[in-house]
Amino acid sequence: MNGITEIITAIFILIGSVISLLAAVGLVRLPDVYTRSHAASKSSTLGVLCVLTGTLLFFLMSDGYFSIRLILGIFFVFLTAPVAAHVICRAAYRNNAPVADTMVEDELKEYYELHPDYKKKSVVVEETTVQVED
Amino acid sequence: MKPNDVILQSVTKVAVVIIFTFSVYLFMNGHHNPGGGFIGGLSTAAAIVLLYLAFDIEKVRENIRIDFKKLTAIGVLLAVCTGLGGVVFGKEFLTQAFGYFELPVFGETELTSALIFDTGVALAVIGTAVNIILSISEDR
Repeated sequence: MNGITEIITAIFILIGSVISLLAAVGLVRLPDVYTRSHAASKSSTLGVLCVLTGTLLFFLMSDGYFSIRLILGIFFVFLTAPVAAHVICRAAYRNNAPVADTMVEDELKEYYELHPDYKKKSVVVEETTVQVED
Repeated sequence: MKPNDVILQSVTKVAVVIIFTFSVYLFMNGHHNPGGGFIGGLSTAAAIVLLYLAFDIEKVRENIRIDFKKLTAIGVLLAVCTGLGGVVFGKEFLTQAFGYFELPVFGETELTSALIFDTGVALAVIGTAVNIILSISEDR
């Protein structure tokens, strides 16, 4: 193993961990669900991708071992993390999660007013009938 | 009006293929690497549960026509029969045999009877996990 391998992989892993730290700081500092999700999804995805790429390059250059599992992991995280953020945000919007007062315009609101069945009006406890088995 | 789940459903279609491939990989490499029947079965069950989350239960049930209770029973039966195979050849219960065979695509391959036992374990795990999730999620 030579020095260049160590330097390249160390840079990748350092960048990845710093970006993950930034994601955590954004999660604490930002005001509402949507901005927090914006910080957490994008930067933690990029952080994990950098760390995985550094690991892949390390084993590729030091041992000559090309790990297909790491490639698969990179692709999988890149594919699924934004979708998870999308699903969480949409669930939050439909359940009327509080929005920071810095918000200027809510374009999605008009759409949901056109299709009122999408969104819950408020938290309503539905009447349920409990059937007692004989 | 039905909710619009296009993004979740189309990503699920890609992700499920990857998860199934990875669980087959884990299952086949259990002899020499980390993996094996239990974790292969669990990740397969996770992919099936992801399908249940993204699509309807009825829709998945139409397309995967497997009775998971019977799958559990088949898995346990397969494991027990592998153990009884040692008894048939005059050895102790659960004695495993292995040999090297020339297969057309893979070349010289080591085949063991432990793989059949692992298949039984995997089927039992898939059946149990999916069955638990389905019985929790169903309304009466």
